[in-house]
Amino acid sequence: MTRWKLWLPLVLFAGFCALVAWPLIRPPSTDVHSQLIGKPLPQFALKPANSTLPGIATADFRDGKPRLLNVFASWCVPCAAEAPQLGELQRQGVEIVGIDLRDHPEDLAQFLQQNGNPFARIGADDIGAVQLGIGSSGVPETFVIDGKGVIRYQHIGDIRAEDVPMLLGKLKDAEA
Amino acid sequence: MIAELGLAALWLAAALALLQLVCGVMVVRRDDAALASVIRPLAVVQGALAALAFGALLLCFARFDLSVKLVAMNSRDAQPLIFQIAGTWGNHEGSMLMWVTIMSLAGALIALIERRVPERTMIATLATQAFVGLGFYAFLLIASNPFERLDPPAQQGLGLNPALQDIGLAYHPPTLYFGYVGLSVAFSFAVGALITRQVTPAFARAMRPWVLGAWIFLTLGITAGSYWAYYELGWGGWWFWDPTENASLMPWLAATALLHSVSVLAARDALRTWTIMLGVVAFSMSMVGTFLVRSGILTSVHAFAIDPERGAFILGLLALYVGSALVLFALRAGTVAEGERFAVTSREGALVVNNVVLCALLAIVLVGTLYPLVTEAYGVRVSVGPPYFTPVSALFFLPMLVVLAVGPLLRWRRDSLERIQRPLVLFFAIAVIALAGVWFNSSIGFLPLVGMALAAMLAVASFAPAQGRNLRRLPLAVWGMMIAHFGIAVALFGMAADSAFTVEKLVAAKEGDTVEIGPWLATLKTVEPVAGPNWTALEATLAVSYEGEPGKALRPQQRSFWAPAQKTSESALLTRWNGQLYTVLGDQAEDGRWQLRLWWKPFVTWIWYGGILIGLGGLLALIGRVGNDLKRRHAQVRIARRKRTAE
Repeated sequence: MTRWKLWLPLVLFAGFCALVAWPLIRPPSTDVHSQLIGKPLPQFALKPANSTLPGIATADFRDGKPRLLNVFASWCVPCAAEAPQLGELQRQGVEIVGIDLRDHPEDLAQFLQQNGNPFARIGADDIGAVQLGIGSSGVPETFVIDGKGVIRYQHIGDIRAEDVPMLLGKLKDAEA
Repeated sequence: MIAELGLAALWLAAALALLQLVCGVMVVRRDDAALASVIRPLAVVQGALAALAFGALLLCFARFDLSVKLVAMNSRDAQPLIFQIAGTWGNHEGSMLMWVTIMSLAGALIALIERRVPERTMIATLATQAFVGLGFYAFLLIASNPFERLDPPAQQGLGLNPALQDIGLAYHPPTLYFGYVGLSVAFSFAVGALITRQVTPAFARAMRPWVLGAWIFLTLGITAGSYWAYYELGWGGWWFWDPTENASLMPWLAATALLHSVSVLAARDALRTWTIMLGVVAFSMSMVGTFLVRSGILTSVHAFAIDPERGAFILGLLALYVGSALVLFALRAGTVAEGERFAVTSREGALVVNNVVLCALLAIVLVGTLYPLVTEAYGVRVSVGPPYFTPVSALFFLPMLVVLAVGPLLRWRRDSLERIQRPLVLFFAIAVIALAGVWFNSSIGFLPLVGMALAAMLAVASFAPAQGRNLRRLPLAVWGMMIAHFGIAVALFGMAADSAFTVEKLVAAKEGDTVEIGPWLATLKTVEPVAGPNWTALEATLAVSYEGEPGKALRPQQRSFWAPAQKTSESALLTRWNGQLYTVLGDQAEDGRWQLRLWWKPFVTWIWYGGILIGLGGLLALIGRVGNDLKRRHAQVRIARRKRTAE
């Protein structure tokens, strides 16, 4: 065997290391490119999730005002964790609409009592049909919907304190 | 107190490993008898200390000590005791400690018993073992201390991930770790032999039981893991070509190749550098596998699970070990004397073909697993799945089976196909008859068809080496080989039958409805809530009967764990000799009907029976080899004693 061939395994191995090291050092990408961004919300109507707030329908989103659409559930722990951030957004004048996923009214009432209620309306999605329809695969997820009912941004996972200015910015963009 | 004791033992073990490495390097560079004599005892004490540390962690989990962070994060008192204990290795820190413990115990064992290899090679081997161990000790002590305390102690544990609350967890990771550690010993032997340039049959015989042992554990680990995924995940599939599975398959492929090449080296003193190379590759594959699973770089759909720091640490270790071994290989392999030569048509020739194909399969799996990383660098996200892996690997695997049937009949060094003409014709006839038989009786795809024909041929061919020999005097290792090869035929038949004949049905049923699936009738009787120790579930009762035989009850569940809150679907299975009925309870639709998913999977269980047979074959071979070694050593001791008395 010629000398240089003996170095071949090392070269291949170095290539492997470079390949796998790249995703480790690269800052993790947090954008999710949903296929539905830029598309209008699908047609749906959800019954109210509790007796105090109205339910939601696609037409509610077409009044010219951008909103946040938050997919949550009382059984979801990160949803409780993001509640203060939603409260902060509401205080800053953002209208937040909730989709309550596979939930019971009494659990929801307790959840809202414990964590505060930032929602203007809450629709009950008992079988997750609307959740799938808007391209969400988990809870919590938050969408920015512009005044024409078009999905402008999708945030996967809980909203952290540092995400609040970013979401406000996205809402401002959606106004334009 | 126990946790502090464990941590102290771990630090001491790490210090001894460092000492073992330094002394080893000094002895290899310049012979020093006094220094050489401390290395074996060092390895033994280091093993004992690591075992002490692991024992301390086990005790913390068994006593449910919530002041230890790891226990609080991964355990809960409502869990059954077996899961309480299995929680020790059901997490990152604990499983790393388990790995390093098994590895130092293996080092202690070779230090105690291995006397065949020249002492200088042995010391280089133990130094390498310490070098590898040291990285893991550093990893534990610097980046993932399993004994970290919580102050104040937690009031309640968070609980073990429900998907892991299964008896499978109790044995699956330890099994794989035994396998990985066996390969680390093989790696140390390979590097040791490369350092001293003494690549001899004696070295191969010393290395072989470790490779064989590792290979048995990997085989059983993969078999069990595949069955676990099959019944726990509720998708009815038994292999998904998922990165985690590939991570365990790659070391197995490398170990299988190594197992065969080490046999050639032991028997014929051929394939010297190739065996060394495979020793390095096999261990690197086990570390690559660990890296891919632990770093999460391949499961980037869930960005939350990525832990780049730990991933970087493992990658650093991998680069250090494998990189330095490959540099050593490049510098030294050219100076290792060439081994014996052989003709193409010979036992060695067939084993080389086997090795080349296994390495090709390894490359196919590795490329497919890493390909998404390559495209991601260009901004394209892809997932590589069965449409790539299955046909491409079959392309290599199926022809290899022909070599597998013929190879064991060939003689060492030089042989001719004319000599074994009669069995060859027989094998060919069986394959053709099986092919025609299946072809005329069913309309199945090309791959399953070829798979079945080859399985039939291999089932007969695997026992051909016994033909004309006295079965009682046949060495255990030959029995092991025949049974392992037969196991491949059995597993292959199961795979082909499953992919060709599976019937699947997804229905919405209300109570009282009957569904027909293959030869089965299933009636949904009731759906009722039930409660377990730390979960509640909706349980369906299905009355099932096979071709009018008296019915049996199956109870698939939708289980909700409350600590941590998570839903799992527990499938219910009914096993017959000729297949399995697999049932899953889905969600309730708005009109009150229940989703039921049913599969009738003919002969699917043969896949795992085959896996067990392969492992059993390995075990017989191991017993045979170790037994022979012991006999040989006894004889040597007796001769030495006689010499002494004669003097």
